Amino acid sequence: MSRLITITINDKPYQVEPNQTIMQAADKLGFHIPRLCYHPKLSIEGACRVCIVEVEGMRNYVASCAFPVSDGMKIRTNTPTLRTARRDIIELILDNHPQDCHTCERDGNCELQRLAASMGIRARHFEGERKRYEKDLSSEAVIRDPEKCILCGRCVRMCSEIQQVHNLTQAHRGFHTVVMPAYNMPMGESVCTACGQCINVCPTAAFLEKNYTQELFEKLNDPNLVKVVQFAPSVRAAIGEAFGLEPGLNMEGQLIASLRKLGFDYVFDTQFAADLTIMEEASEFLERLQNGGVLPMITSCSSAWMKCLEQFYPDLIPNVSTCKSPMSMQGAVTKTYFAKKKKIDPRKILSVAVMCCTAKKYEAARPELMFDGMRGVDIVVTTREAAWMIKSAGIDLVHIQPEEPDHPLGISSGAGAIFGTTGGVMEAAIRTAYELYTGETLVDIEVEAVRGLKGIKEGSITMDGKEIRVAVAHGLGNACRLLERVRQDPSRYHFIEIMGCPGGCVGGGGQPYAQINSIPLDDDNLRKRAQALYDLDKAKTIRRSHDNPDVQKLYKEFLQSPLSPVSHQYLHTHYKAKTPAGIIPKKERTMSGDSK
Amino acid sequence: MSDKQYKLTFCDGSGCLKNQAREFRRVFEEELQRQQLQQNVQMHLSGCLGMCGKGPILIVNPGYIMYGHLRLEDASEIVREHLVNGRPVSRLIIQEDHLYNRFFRIFGDSEFFGRQMRIALRNCGVIDPEKIDDYLAMRGYEALAKVLTEMTPQQVIEEVKKSGLRGRGGAGFPTGLKWEYTAKQSDPEKYVICNADEGDPGAFMDRSAIEGDPHTVLEGMIIGGYAIGSRQGIIYIRAEYPLAVQRLKKAIEDARREGFLGERILGTDFSFDIRICLGAGAFVCGEETALIYSIEGARGMPRPRPPYPSVSGLFGKPTLINNVETWANIPVIIIDGADWFSRIGTATSKGTKVFALAGKVRNTGLVETPMGTTLRDIVFGIGGGIPNGKKFKAVQTGGPSGGCLPEQYLDTQIDYESLAKAGSIMGSGGMIVIDEDSCMVRMARFFVEFTQDESCGKCTPCREGTKRMLEILTRITRGQGRPGDIEKLERLGTMIQKASLCGLGQSAPNPVLSTLRNFREEYEEHIHQKKCRSHECTALLTYVVQDNCVGCGACKRVCPVNAVSGNRKEKHTIDPKLCIKCGQCYDACKFNAIAKV
Amino acid sequence: MTQVQTEKLQTLREAMQAARNDAHPESYLIGILHKVQEIFGYLPREMMDEVAQTLEIPTAHIWGVATFYHYFNLEPIGRYVVSVCMGTACYVKGAAGVLETLKKELGVEVGKTTSDGLFTLQEARCLGACGIAPVMMIGEKIYGQLDSKKTIDIINQYRKAAAEEKSAVGAEARRGKP
Repeated sequence: MSRLITITINDKPYQVEPNQTIMQAADKLGFHIPRLCYHPKLSIEGACRVCIVEVEGMRNYVASCAFPVSDGMKIRTNTPTLRTARRDIIELILDNHPQDCHTCERDGNCELQRLAASMGIRARHFEGERKRYEKDLSSEAVIRDPEKCILCGRCVRMCSEIQQVHNLTQAHRGFHTVVMPAYNMPMGESVCTACGQCINVCPTAAFLEKNYTQELFEKLNDPNLVKVVQFAPSVRAAIGEAFGLEPGLNMEGQLIASLRKLGFDYVFDTQFAADLTIMEEASEFLERLQNGGVLPMITSCSSAWMKCLEQFYPDLIPNVSTCKSPMSMQGAVTKTYFAKKKKIDPRKILSVAVMCCTAKKYEAARPELMFDGMRGVDIVVTTREAAWMIKSAGIDLVHIQPEEPDHPLGISSGAGAIFGTTGGVMEAAIRTAYELYTGETLVDIEVEAVRGLKGIKEGSITMDGKEIRVAVAHGLGNACRLLERVRQDPSRYHFIEIMGCPGGCVGGGGQPYAQINSIPLDDDNLRKRAQALYDLDKAKTIRRSHDNPDVQKLYKEFLQSPLSPVSHQYLHTHYKAKTPAGIIPKKERTMSGDSK
Repeated sequence: MSDKQYKLTFCDGSGCLKNQAREFRRVFEEELQRQQLQQNVQMHLSGCLGMCGKGPILIVNPGYIMYGHLRLEDASEIVREHLVNGRPVSRLIIQEDHLYNRFFRIFGDSEFFGRQMRIALRNCGVIDPEKIDDYLAMRGYEALAKVLTEMTPQQVIEEVKKSGLRGRGGAGFPTGLKWEYTAKQSDPEKYVICNADEGDPGAFMDRSAIEGDPHTVLEGMIIGGYAIGSRQGIIYIRAEYPLAVQRLKKAIEDARREGFLGERILGTDFSFDIRICLGAGAFVCGEETALIYSIEGARGMPRPRPPYPSVSGLFGKPTLINNVETWANIPVIIIDGADWFSRIGTATSKGTKVFALAGKVRNTGLVETPMGTTLRDIVFGIGGGIPNGKKFKAVQTGGPSGGCLPEQYLDTQIDYESLAKAGSIMGSGGMIVIDEDSCMVRMARFFVEFTQDESCGKCTPCREGTKRMLEILTRITRGQGRPGDIEKLERLGTMIQKASLCGLGQSAPNPVLSTLRNFREEYEEHIHQKKCRSHECTALLTYVVQDNCVGCGACKRVCPVNAVSGNRKEKHTIDPKLCIKCGQCYDACKFNAIAKV
Repeated sequence: MTQVQTEKLQTLREAMQAARNDAHPESYLIGILHKVQEIFGYLPREMMDEVAQTLEIPTAHIWGVATFYHYFNLEPIGRYVVSVCMGTACYVKGAAGVLETLKKELGVEVGKTTSDGLFTLQEARCLGACGIAPVMMIGEKIYGQLDSKKTIDIINQYRKAAAEEKSAVGAEARRGKP
């Protein structure tokens, strides 16, 4: 550890580590310098100038996010002139921003709004021309509203640095700068993977999910429909945050009760279909392994990853599992097995999914996933939308009496629960594949090697003396680096899990916005959400997907066996190369880092 | 060579080319052939002589007779009278032009001569820029040879440090220190960059320097590469300068052929090559971090420093960036020595500075003077003062990043500190003279419009703040200024200066703040009395026909909106309600009977 | 495409292949875009796609660059590009008036092309011809010391030349008919 240095903040001396920025040092000392374009996971932009401070001896203010501390440095964070400058900077942003806070979707959880309040901006001195742009509503999942954009650049950096999709760029320049895809293409026709991470990091409402809450409220009041809902594992681990609860609380029972109160006739758990996915996916893997199929096999649960695959990695399509995602499997068995069992016309079923994900909106609309002329899932709402609907309907999620899911698509194993975090699908698959392959019970079912937030994780298990090498990547940038290894050495791994979002589904693009004084996609927060799922797993008596009695019953009564023709008809799909083709720069493909 | 009776030098700079210089040369050559004089003359091309307002230009030696404003039909007269009969054609000689004469008499020498002294531009107009032999004849590449054979890199850096040379691109950072920082980095891969992205409106020093003497820049860069341990140089130049680019390309090829560039230069172990990168029309790319991004093929948007390019520059490698004029000084410092160089100039600013003198001044063009020369010397001495009997109002230095200095600052010495103290900056060397006909609010508005347009849009103060300043300035010039606007301009201006990310933003308010300091009353008149004393703000003026109107009707005929009425041979009147203030009547009146009030 | 364009395009493709193999392909991007514009007069979308694929640079990045630099045209431009110098000297000597005259005469705003495809009006940074301010550049040719009448006269010369050329071509075509 390096020698400590002394800096002075607001006339008081402090001992701090060298080689860090003023902001980092100040954060640790309890000075929260206001900020906007800064995000700890992204490169330093230094653009918004909100985090300026005074440093003695410097003619101008310095951006504390970018400027390193040095021994003897004297810093002031809150002088009257500095406060005025900071206030004016934020006012300048507001002056070029629609003044429609009351009707804005981010009213109440907008970083700009909070900043303006904390700076005490009570008048506008510099109002003038304001930018005017049309909203881009073309995508099933992600809405782009350049008028709300304040050009902090977090979305662009997220899209290129973490996700490496490079769909967004700042185009034009100066006052006319706009964030957009190439050629100002509609988002729906661009290489956007719909992961929604731009929404997560946007401080305002320049990116939003396509909102289906009104449509859903209307359909919930339609007496001719049987309203069925499913919710993803990671929704229960995060929705509490939207109600002011601390991160990492499992709100499963409260969510089920709330969804019933909202008007759903049946509340199922996507974790059930996660178990079903494992049955199919583990069987598919073993089939490939034993019959010389294409390896490594890559998971197909993450819809942003699926879109990414089709545009960026068409050469790897044969490697990807043909299994639909748990959401789509759940939708399929809802409108077939469940409908038959309850003697409901499947066309009268309203199949709704509450997802941590924006890309699931895109997935639900994919024509390839339709069966018998129907969509498996009719409406997808994100955790955020669901939380809003629950609040809007006057339901007290925090204090409500927890309830159990409905049958026959509600029981799940612990393996299904951990689907919501990076490494979870792999761990669940190993639990089942091992037993299917060896016929023995896997004793140590917690696979530590694939847990945690490391960008690319590797591990191996031995099945009947055969070493199975696995790898896990979360976030599309990490996936890109992992897949480059695969392209170079296809025999390096047997089985790969990819989740499109940082941390997996717990960090999905549809999860609650960061609360006051927290950061979107904060690692601690992601870990807590993941822990809630691991705890849920631990608390279950059934921890292996193949032990789920309702899944076993489903096979017996309807699907026959994994990979059966019926399964293939309803639970499997196919992928094909799509345009526009994505391009990842050579430099990034070969970058070695496994960070983030 | 000596058997030639006359030596003819044709200016081949862009300015002259625009004035049919090549056509003139062709006609002139035909005329020489007709008179069978080809054998008696030696013809040369020169780079820009800095006299663009008077082109095409031809210099006849001996005698240093300079002809200007030449028309095709003048060729035969010059050939016949001057070359055949030995009688210079006096009506075509530019006589009052002491500016040029000084330039020419000192060629090849580096001494004080009048008010000018040419170091960076020492060869411009003297040698044929497309001939490496011409450059060699002027001790070209001698500095390089000296450095490679007699000096260690450390000694070169010491020499540059000792010379006191400071960056000529604007900020004035000590050049030797920059070299030293870059040299200290242990990374084996380093880059040398020449910043030729000259973008200040009204400035064309770099263009002329390169067009007139491209090898000097190359030689400076090669020496820089040797000093810091780099193998690769890049010249980042505006795409708007095709002639300069073409000459650089030729110079690079010639230097490679002669062994001054490439592998094992002059037989030593030192290898260095230079590549040209074109800009694409973005003023902000003159900022070094933006320039680096631009070379890397990205949007030219500055990033926060540190790290400085000397530590992490092009492709993340240590990078030494200097501008054209800085590089052009290097060979001279090496040949004549730091001691000699540091005797020129003031205590803190050594050597000379090139200015592009423009605006309301008799002699416009390039001026290179020792640091410490006063503004008055340049404007009224070299520049010859204000034409048309108008009154001097201000001199603007430093382009859109600089300030406007009024009469009381005319005796300010030109050096980095004095100009800053007076409220302007040295900048890259634009110098615009403003007379009483120019409105200072509009002048400020013009510069803010420029920076607003050129703002990269990255940081809030510059992107949003300059926009608001422009709006306020616009409404003031339109007669819609409000009480409190001046205070708003000052508040925004100060904040933008102190909070912007890069130098472009930090200096964007300078033209406004300096005019507010020195010409506040003009702002106040615009806002409170709705008056523009220079009658430049059309919204604030009325055209009135005065009593000396003879009733010729010229104004009436040109008025596009029929606002002028009056009978023939009687005084006309202009209906202010109809008048759109296009000014056509004013231009059309031969009797100065229409006034702006 | 003309023969010359085809040849230039071939050269450009070779340059792109060379850049692709360089350690820093992206550092050739702006130079390559210059060449594309030289051939087509603007940056056609298909060419930007081709550059993106060849150099392995994301299309959005290229779009960001193409829109950042004012030198690049994103739409086809007129046969004659009329650039009015807005440098300081020209400004002081009335460039704004020249620009207004052109806007009125051509009936287009800055950056736009006349409906007959003949003229594209642009503002330029200092063209370095301050001595003969105010100036405009049409194609490669500089016109100095402008006033509104002179400006309109110059535009009319181009119109006339274009019309004559057209009628000459037309006459030739008519003669060509049996």
